[in-house]
Amino acid sequence: MRVLVLAGRRLAASIPTLFLILIGVFLLLQLAPGDTVDALMAQMGGGDAATARQLREFYGLDLSVWAQLGNYLWRLVRLDLGFSAIYGKPVATVIAERLPATILLMTASLSLAFFFGLILGVVAARGVNKWPDTLISTLGLMFYAMPTFWFGLMAIVVFSIYLQWLPAGGFEDITVSYTGLRRTLDIATHLVLPTLTLGLFYMAIYLRIMRGSMLEVLNLDFVRTARSKGMDETRVVVRHVLRNALLPMVTLIGLQAGTMLGGSVVVESVFSLPGLGRLAYESVIQRDLNTLLGIVFVSALLVIAVNFIVDLLYARLDPRITTGS
Amino acid sequence: MDMTRRAALKTSAAIASSVLFPMRSFAQETPRKGGVFTVHYGAEQRQLNPSLQASTGVYIIGGKIQEQLVDLDAKGQPVGVLAESWESSADGKTITFKLRPSVTWHDGKPFTSADVQYTAMEMWKKILNYGSTLQLFLTAVDTPDPLTAVFRYERPMPLNLLLRALPDLGYVSPRHLYEGKGDIRQNPVNLAPVGTGPFKFVQYERGQHVIAERNPNYWRANAPYLDRIVWRVVTDRAAAAAQMEAGQIHYSPFSGLTISDSARLGKDPRFIVSTKGNEGNARTNTIEFNFRRKELADIRVRRAIAHALDIPFFIENFLGDFAKRGTGPIPSVSTDFYPADNGPQYPFDKKLAAKLLDEAGFKPGASGTRFSLRLLPAPWGEDISLFATFIQQSLADVGIKIEIVRTDGGGFLKQVYDDHAFDLATGWHQYRNDPAVSTTVWYRSGQPKGAPWTNQWDWTDPTIDKIIDDAATEVDAAKRKALYGDFVRRANSELPIWTPIEQIFLTAISAKARNHSNTPRWGSASWHDLWLAE
Repeated sequence: MRVLVLAGRRLAASIPTLFLILIGVFLLLQLAPGDTVDALMAQMGGGDAATARQLREFYGLDLSVWAQLGNYLWRLVRLDLGFSAIYGKPVATVIAERLPATILLMTASLSLAFFFGLILGVVAARGVNKWPDTLISTLGLMFYAMPTFWFGLMAIVVFSIYLQWLPAGGFEDITVSYTGLRRTLDIATHLVLPTLTLGLFYMAIYLRIMRGSMLEVLNLDFVRTARSKGMDETRVVVRHVLRNALLPMVTLIGLQAGTMLGGSVVVESVFSLPGLGRLAYESVIQRDLNTLLGIVFVSALLVIAVNFIVDLLYARLDPRITTGS
Repeated sequence: MDMTRRAALKTSAAIASSVLFPMRSFAQETPRKGGVFTVHYGAEQRQLNPSLQASTGVYIIGGKIQEQLVDLDAKGQPVGVLAESWESSADGKTITFKLRPSVTWHDGKPFTSADVQYTAMEMWKKILNYGSTLQLFLTAVDTPDPLTAVFRYERPMPLNLLLRALPDLGYVSPRHLYEGKGDIRQNPVNLAPVGTGPFKFVQYERGQHVIAERNPNYWRANAPYLDRIVWRVVTDRAAAAAQMEAGQIHYSPFSGLTISDSARLGKDPRFIVSTKGNEGNARTNTIEFNFRRKELADIRVRRAIAHALDIPFFIENFLGDFAKRGTGPIPSVSTDFYPADNGPQYPFDKKLAAKLLDEAGFKPGASGTRFSLRLLPAPWGEDISLFATFIQQSLADVGIKIEIVRTDGGGFLKQVYDDHAFDLATGWHQYRNDPAVSTTVWYRSGQPKGAPWTNQWDWTDPTIDKIIDDAATEVDAAKRKALYGDFVRRANSELPIWTPIEQIFLTAISAKARNHSNTPRWGSASWHDLWLAE
């Protein structure tokens, strides 16, 4: 019950923020020169003034900016995200089509980053300033410093062109149509390289955070107490240190779930994946306001949801933090 | 010639090898049926029907599914597709097409003159870009019988103009799927096109792929050879090159790869990289001058800017064998219209440039700068971006300071053609086989504000307006050609736009492909004879 009340309060507090974000994005895009008809003309390679006028009427661009904004918000209140100019379909459908690939890629790479970041961070912290720490920290720094597009392209060159183990791009093999388990496997092989490319970058961050946080907790009094009770080291690390050191990691994952959703334009482009990042990029280039605002709306909802879950996790990990009342 | 000897030799060698090579290797083989041909699709469009949108991004898919009345043959001459023959009345106001019998749409309905009538009046005349200009004076299409379509014009329509425009602007759509089905632009058929072509539409997954399969009832005997065509959406150029090397893509059309990847794949025996098959898609790099700036309204300044750029140097070092020195608004591949004399050519001469600027009264200030200009490069290709930087550095040498302002496509068109917020702009002019289709609008005065790729330079010249108007309705082919010669010489001497570089799109294709690049607009063609060797 308390959870429901908390959820309700959170949602109520988020609604004004959400509207401010949407109005902000709408007005920002008005500052960019050109509208979706100019973008369409650029794509077509020409068109006369009469056609342009017809198209502006068609897309509702002959109205004033405030009338357009008013229309948009009124539709949103009725949970209608509007019609996409570039896709000729309702925005909700367009986003729903792109969600599976995005969520699959995101969950896979976040899990990879979280899991290996955690393990490597612990290993590094336990052998601090010895060779495992040096090796892990150096590798982490390398993954962090490497530009993702370059890492992705190099992975393609090695694994797809020379070794020919993995496909160079795409979401699934379209020259043959698989079904069932075979299709799942096919999609999985297509996602190995993009997941690695995106995941290794985030893993580098997680492992640094985990290492630092472990080192801090290892020096606290209760750890000394646990050790002096004669507890063996593994138990100390897993039961006492890890649980406390996890808090910053959970905070970070909450923050990054939002950015990862929109932040993989590069990986999606390099590996030709049909994700939300590329959709957002295309909407900006094509000045497709409805689609862009729709993506912002969905991303914002997701961030709110993830942050809520993170709050609940805090309480579980550290009972001293209450869910507030 | 302005070209260096070395560059000239390299270019001619490249052309010779690209022409000879396919002949030598394909002569002995028998075509193989079957196979899946995969195509790099770089920029998704909003719809796929070529009767509604004239652009390579639509033809690359829609051109395999729908067909036009007329296409261009290997020599660049009009050849009938859905039309078997045509004739014009003496006054040029009536043009009659005899249509191909027993052709059916992919849904089984017969193709008739009613389809042509509907497409011409409702799509080409009202919606299709460039079509609406071409068919401005089309008053009616009569259909005396199912296989005859009579085009009636208010003013004379030169037959050779119509026949050279129709390969791009003459795709026919099925009337029964559009008429009475509401707004043509919103018809779902636009994203699942139905045509008469060798391939039938199967599926379009946005952001991923388009699939089409063999049309078993195609009207050409024993065609097509391929089972399927798959277009893969790959937005990253470097990734597209990697997918070609990994064997996931057979063909990247219209300069879809980076210049460096094209050069690299060109040396790989598994691929053929060439300009062949794109002669109908010639373009020139342009410099547009805004006459609202008093400096640029002075012809001496425009000529000085042209003289200050070492174009052969730029081509040799940045574009390689795939470009050559442009001579005017009509590119040299246009055999029907390319004039023997192109007028003044402005060879590289820095001293002359400085002298012209001095004469115009723009002496260098204390810092050596005469004046500053804003240059807007169009975002269509990396060559434009390189050229903008080259202009900036070359003009700094003669005391003109350039500020480069980069934008995306929509922003470029808005700022140049609507807001006129530029001093210099540089982009591409696409030549579409006849100067009246998309070339003369760059020079004719009276273009409505906001119309992209038209004369928005605040430059009016009654002489060139008269030449353009006369040529547009001249039905005698020889006289038309002569008029366009006058047009080119006038354009080059007044220089409202300079067209210093001529390019043809590059094709990168797997060496397994056969019968490819065999027409001047092959990327857009129907591929009924294309096949894949084992």
